[in-house]
Order: sequence, then C-alpha cells, then structure tokens
Amino acid sequence: MSATLSCPHKPRVGLFVTCLVDVFRPTVGFAAVKLLEDAGCTVEVPAAQTCCGQPAYNSGDRADARDLARQVIAAFEDFDYVVVPSGSCGGTIKRHYPHLFDGDPAWQTRAERLSAKTFELVSFLTDVLGVERVIARYPDTVTYHDSCSGLRELGIKSQPRRLLATVADLDLREMAESEVCCGFGGTFCVKYPELSNRMVSEKAAHIQTSEAGTLLAGDLGCLLNMAGKLQREGAAIKVRHIAEVLAGMTDIPAIGEPD
Amino acid sequence: MQVTSQTFKSNASVALRDAALQRALKNLKAGFPGKRAAAIAKLPEFDQLRDAGRDLKNHVLEHLDFYLERFEAKVIEQGGQVHWARDAAEARQIVLDICRSVAARRVTKGKSMISEEIGLNEFLEAHGIQPVETDLGEYIIQLRHEHPSHIIAPAIHLNRDQVADAFHAHHGPYGFTERNENPRALMNEARQVLRQQFLSADVGITGANFCIAETGTTVIVTNEGNGDLTQILPRVHIALASIEKMVPTLEDVSTLTRLLTRSATGQEITVYTTFSSGPRRVEDLDGPEQFHVVLLDNGRSGMLGGEFQDMLRCIRCSACMNHCPVYGAIGGHAYGWVYPGPMGSVLTPQLVGIDAAGQLPNASTFCGRCEEVCPMRIPLPKMMRHWREREFERHLSPAAVRFGLGAWAFFAKRPRLYRIVAGVGAWLLRRLGSRKGRIERLPLAGGWTAWRDLPAPQGRTFQQQWAARQGARS
Amino acid sequence: MSDAREQILNTLRRGLQRGPVAGERRAELEARLAHPPRNVIPARALRPHFEQVDLFVQMARNAAATVDPVTHPADVPVAVSAFLDCEGLPAELVMAPDPELAALPWSEAPTLHIERRAAVDGDQTSVSLAFAGIAETGTLVLLSGPYSPTTLNFLPDTHIVVLRADRIVGAYEDAWDLLRARGLGMPRTVNFITGPSRSADIEQTVQMGAHGPLRLHVVLVGG
Repeated sequence: MSATLSCPHKPRVGLFVTCLVDVFRPTVGFAAVKLLEDAGCTVEVPAAQTCCGQPAYNSGDRADARDLARQVIAAFEDFDYVVVPSGSCGGTIKRHYPHLFDGDPAWQTRAERLSAKTFELVSFLTDVLGVERVIARYPDTVTYHDSCSGLRELGIKSQPRRLLATVADLDLREMAESEVCCGFGGTFCVKYPELSNRMVSEKAAHIQTSEAGTLLAGDLGCLLNMAGKLQREGAAIKVRHIAEVLAGMTDIPAIGEPD
Repeated sequence: MQVTSQTFKSNASVALRDAALQRALKNLKAGFPGKRAAAIAKLPEFDQLRDAGRDLKNHVLEHLDFYLERFEAKVIEQGGQVHWARDAAEARQIVLDICRSVAARRVTKGKSMISEEIGLNEFLEAHGIQPVETDLGEYIIQLRHEHPSHIIAPAIHLNRDQVADAFHAHHGPYGFTERNENPRALMNEARQVLRQQFLSADVGITGANFCIAETGTTVIVTNEGNGDLTQILPRVHIALASIEKMVPTLEDVSTLTRLLTRSATGQEITVYTTFSSGPRRVEDLDGPEQFHVVLLDNGRSGMLGGEFQDMLRCIRCSACMNHCPVYGAIGGHAYGWVYPGPMGSVLTPQLVGIDAAGQLPNASTFCGRCEEVCPMRIPLPKMMRHWREREFERHLSPAAVRFGLGAWAFFAKRPRLYRIVAGVGAWLLRRLGSRKGRIERLPLAGGWTAWRDLPAPQGRTFQQQWAARQGARS
Repeated sequence: MSDAREQILNTLRRGLQRGPVAGERRAELEARLAHPPRNVIPARALRPHFEQVDLFVQMARNAAATVDPVTHPADVPVAVSAFLDCEGLPAELVMAPDPELAALPWSEAPTLHIERRAAVDGDQTSVSLAFAGIAETGTLVLLSGPYSPTTLNFLPDTHIVVLRADRIVGAYEDAWDLLRARGLGMPRTVNFITGPSRSADIEQTVQMGAHGPLRLHVVLVGG
C-alpha cells in the first residue's frame, strides 16, 4: 500500500486476475503486473475478487451473476482503471455488466462507471497507455489465436500483433482461421464435449499447419483448451499467454509442461 | 415436421460421425464465408447499409400492424386476396381450400421456409394433391424424403453421388435410364423433368422474401428461375409469407436486397428478383388468374415488445449459420427442426417451445461470429442467453448443471472461503499432474479429459503468492 | 378468417402497447409511403451517366450475361441475327409484341423467323425490350404487360434483351423513380434480371441454366 501513496500521480490500476489465472497460471498475473508497472502504473490486487460471474451469466443464472457483479463492482470501483488479462472476463465486465442491472438504475450506473474504466490487458497497454514496444526477447516462431470475446466484444486484433512485433527474435506466423472459436466456450466444453472437441481439433490442425513453435492467445480458458488438445495429440508446440511473452517471463515451463 | 431438437446432443454426435455429411460441410465452409467477404469488400457502404437495414426493420416492427393493413389493402385493390393464419394448421387449411377451389391435382413450389414451417407438403399429399418442389436443392431432398438442412442451400448436406442415386432412382420414367454423376448433367436432367411439372401444375406456391406495403407486392429473390416459372405458368399463385416480412416501400426493399444477397451467397444481386402485384391484368398475355397471399403469424406477434423482438428483423440470409462453428461441425438436421444454426437456436424455441428446443440456445460458445456477420445486426448470442435465462427460471436446465453452478456460486460469493478452496484445488490438481505437467484423466471432468489433457496448475494460486509478496514488501 | 386477422393485429398492438396507429404518427407513416425516402445509395451508383453505362456493361458481364453494344436502333435486327449465327442457334424468335421493337427494321435480317406472342415450351429464343437497366449490378428491369409477356423471360433457352443506353440508371431507386414516372402503377410483374439462370445446389458449385435461360444476351442500343 505504501507504494501507492508515494506516487499519487501514477494511474492506480486494480488487477482483476480472473479465476483461471489465479488457479492455473499465476505467472500470467505476475506478467500483467510487470507490464503495468513497466508502463508506469501502480498495481493493486483486491483480495475480495473471485470470478466475474460469466459462468452464471452464460448459464441463464442472472441472480448469481448479479451478486458476483456487485462484488466485483464494490471491490474495483475506486480504482482509476480495472485491467483484466482476459478478453472474455474483460468483456463480461465491460460489455455485459450494465445490462445485468436493467431495471436497477443505482447499480446500473455503478456498472456503467466500472465498464468505462475496465480494459483487457493488451488493449489497455496499447489503446490507453499508448505503449508501442516492450523490452522482451522470445527466440521462436509464434502463432496467435484471436479469442472470440476479445476480438468481437473488445476489438482486439491488431494490438497484440503490434506489441509482438517488438519482441526481439520473435517471428509471427498467422494460422488459418485465427478468428474462429477454439471450442472452449466456458461451460460449453463440458456440456457439449464432442462438439467442443471437433472445434478444438480443427483449431489444433490449423496451429500445427502454421508450423509455429509457440501458440499465444490472450485468454487462459482458450489456452488450456488448445494446450490440452495439442498435448493429447502429441504436438510439440509450446502454449503461453501473450502477457508472459510480452513481459519476458518465459523461463518457466509453458502451459501443461512439466517443470 | 417432427421436432427432434430434444435429442440435439445425440443428433450432433451422429452428425459428427457421418463421413458423407462431413465431406459436404467442407463445401459450405470453403464457399460461403469467402464469397460473402469478397462481395462486401466491393461495397464500401455495407456497414452503413447494415445500420440502415436495422433501423428500417425496427421501424417496421414498431408499426407492423399499420404496414400489414396497408399491404392487405393494396393487394386487394389490385385484385389479389390476403389470408391471415394464426398458426400452421390455419395456413395449411387456407392453402388446401384454395387448391380445392380450382380442383388442383398438382402444385409446383418455389423455395419457401414457411412451407417447411407449416409442414405443407405432407398435408397436401395426405389430401390427394401432389406438391412438386422445383428449386433444385428442394427437389433433391423431396426425392430423398428429407427436409432442408440449410435455409438457402437445402441440400448442402449431400454430395453428387447421393444426388445421382436419387435421380437414377426416380428419373427412369422420364427417359433418363443412365446414372449421371456430372453436376451439369444432373442439373439438365432436373431441368427437363421439372419443365413438364411446371407446365402441368394447377397452382404455384412460392415464398416471399419481402412484402411491400406501398404497392401490395410480394418479392422473391432467386437464382434458378424456378420461382418465376412456378408463379407465372399455373392459374393460381399463392405466396406464403410470415407477418414480419413487411417492408414499407420499394426504396426500402432495395436497401434490404443489397444486404440480403451479399450476406447469403456473396452475390451482388441474385439472377432474379421478382416483384409480384396481384393477378394478371385484363390485357396481359400470361400470368396467373388468381393471386393469394397467406400471412402467417405462428407465434411471431407475441415476440413484439419482448426480449426476442430483434429476431423479427431476420431476413433469412443464412450468414449466421454459414459462419457458425457449431453448424459447420454438424450441419442443419441435428438442430431438429426447420431453422438451423444461430437464427434457429433463437427462433425454434419460440416456435416449438423451450421445453422441446432448450438445447439449441445452449449449444453455443457465444463466439459471436453470427452477430458479427448478421446484416440486420441481430444480437443472436444475447437472445440465446435470454433463452437460457428462461430455462433457468423455469428449472428446465439439467439438475447437474444447476447443482454445479450453485456450488460454484456459493464459494465465488465468499472470497475468503473461495481463496482457501482455490488454494486446495490448485494444490490437488498440481499433485495429480506434477509428473507430466498435465492431467490425462480426471474424475468428474470426463467431458474434458476424454478428448484433451488438462494442463496442471503451476502450484500455489496467484492470490497466495501475491499475499506472500505483499507481506514480504511491507 | 377475420378472427385470425383481428387476433393477430390485437396481439401486435398489445406487444407494442398501443392501439391502431392514429393522428400525427399515422400522418407521418402515410407521408413516408407517399414520398418514399431513399436510404443509403452506394457511391458507384451515383456516377455520371456515361460511367453508368460502362458500369452496367461490366457488371452484366460479371454476371455472365453477354453484351453487344450497337450504335443505332436500326442496328438491332442484324445484331440479333449475327448473335444467333455465332451461337449456332436457329434463326427463330418469339418476340415481345412491343411497338418499339416492332418498329425496328427486321426486314434487314431477312433470315429471321419472328413470332410476336407469349412464350410456350419449346421456344428456343426470345426477344424482349427492357424497361430500364441498373448500373449498380448490371441488372435488367422488365415489366409485364400486353407488350411484354413474362414467359418470354423464363421459358426459352436463350433470352435476348434490347436495352436503350438512355434507359440505364445508377441505382435500384432510380429505376423505381422511372417506374413511378410512368404513371401506370405497378405492373403484375417486375423482373430484375442479372445474368442467366444458375444453381449451386449440387456441392455448392455454380452451374448455368437451372430452370430459366441458359444464355442472357443484351443488345445495348446507343451505348
């Protein structure tokens, strides 16, 4: 907390870690912190965060989704910005929270205010802070999957590619149909496993055809799905969240790889 | 048509294993999206047109009663007749009564999804009238006793071998005794066989892409010319339209056709766009003596003013299904009723009930590609979510889903408890996957691990590590 | 049936939370129908007329129509005759009984056998006069009427359409203006025709000549 007080001019960012990053890939959270701090922000991580509520919202459980949204709003509304290393959780807060409170003007106003200052990590770095380059090196060919919510709800397409272009020794090779869903879809992948499998199989084929050594994306859900499929198929492709590469935190094993 | 949406999951499973279907679906994915993109690239105003189209349809829906009444008045003024049908049964009966009034024995048909919706062919057959589908794709599936698997490419699930078999089995009596596999020759066969049907039909039934209130006109947008032969040769032309097809003026239709064809087949315009107003005029040398329009409601009027009103903007272009990864994996029949793909997942529960069609709005990743390409900017994922909400409110969602969701929400709403549980969970999964960095089999997560590994967590949760780091700092 | 009508209209009004449209609102809707506003018109349909003629030709050809520009109306019969020769088609025509077509010097193509009537099955080639051409998409506009039977547009294998270049307009909306200016209301049928008949229903591969004409040939006069 003392760091905050010493630099009152710095943007105060609340990091919404996301439940998947919290449990499966803390490195992504630390990479986000590093990128934000490098860009001149003060980063705090409210302890009162769990999940954005998307699973409930997308399952038709509006009451629980609203409860969780209130929890997020209360925990984050005092920050200058809320940054999320996920297009889908970021999209939920930014695009869907206001609609959750139709008919509840007081909470809707708070949701709209939070929405206005909530950003996905890469979009925040580029579109808000104007970051044009990162100091990182990644000597591999990579291919980038455009996760659906980030792409279509938040317009994230060129931003990650612009930053990746500044990573030393990194060679970007686009896969075919990078904008087509990987089949994760939150609860979809367990409710319709066969369909999900078909979609991720096609995605895995496109990734392998690209002949890239590393797959990157901005959403851990999609990454777990694609990594799990590639590994089941025995493909020797490393899978990482884009924040790890941009932050230069790539000395730890890739997703789903042993220590 | 029998609804089989209840068994969507097993329908999908069968479809995924159908090698012929999977081959055919490759044509869809290789064709439609690229053609659409190319057509749009040639029209810089496309997105502006989408806004105009959306606003226009919203205007129509806000005044649908006015435009319906005006359309009716203009049709009557030109000597045509308008029939209102509350539901499928009324619509079928109206058509049958018209056919009987002219002692019709054979009816030719242009492509009409409303005809599928009301199950017209089966009904006419049961009453001794022979319906002949004349759109090539519709004709093929009629020979095979199937229903369309796509709203503009009804036989997209078939390959040329299957078409060749169907023609070989049925065209012998017309002098085609050799089995042809060449698409060009197959089409020629159909042309010759169906030409005789056109000439001997008593009634021609078409759909209507639009109904113009200004002029009392029905519009069909086609490529083959079968719709035109259907409506100009017989004595009677019946156009089947649902009530939301109303468009105020010729100018407004022009806006919508610019959107429709590019979104559908990627054509700048189809070969034929035909505007029909009333029966033949006294001095005309050809054309039908009677012109009837059947206006079908079938649950649509109840969508106005509610959360599904936007769906009534749909102009049936099929872009949503052409770009849907779920449709692309399983084709249209798995959806179990007339309208497949994202637009079907929204419309079918409205038309046949959420009890029967509840799976459809659930079978989506909400990837949003449908909304992205919809020319009318219909928020399809949002409306699928509305259906899920209705299901949830009515306790129609599966018990296991409700239980899992309830348990998860219980912890998620208690951050302190959640942090402990998350810590234990991460530790446990880490232990299970420590050797390989991933888990190959996990009880209760068979849906995941049957098909893919589960990457193991790194160890301690972010929150645990962050708390430790903050403690160390202070 | 009027029960159905009333019930549907009532349900609509219940959903819209109002009664029948009345008063000022109604007057606005009436005005919109009486003077239809234009929506978005593509820029390519707003170019000067001579460019529209070029655009029409290009778009029609892109839709697999053939276009033969001739200078004078008097050139049409010979052009039609030459087209039939080139395509190896019999010199037999069924022609729309239109006075403007009839006024052309058909005697200059003496080999042509011409019948003026609606089409019947077995007719090989028809000739009609277009009401207008729309440059935006290379689209022909044909109106049904005593001079222009609709069957000519669909039954024969080959459809020849005579189009005057001064009847080419930019956008669909311009064609509607021409139609309204004619002052006779809507004909029974307005056909927009863009290229020959086709289908892609077998394996999504386009084949020409589904049920309508296999060939669409435009004789463009004064282009």
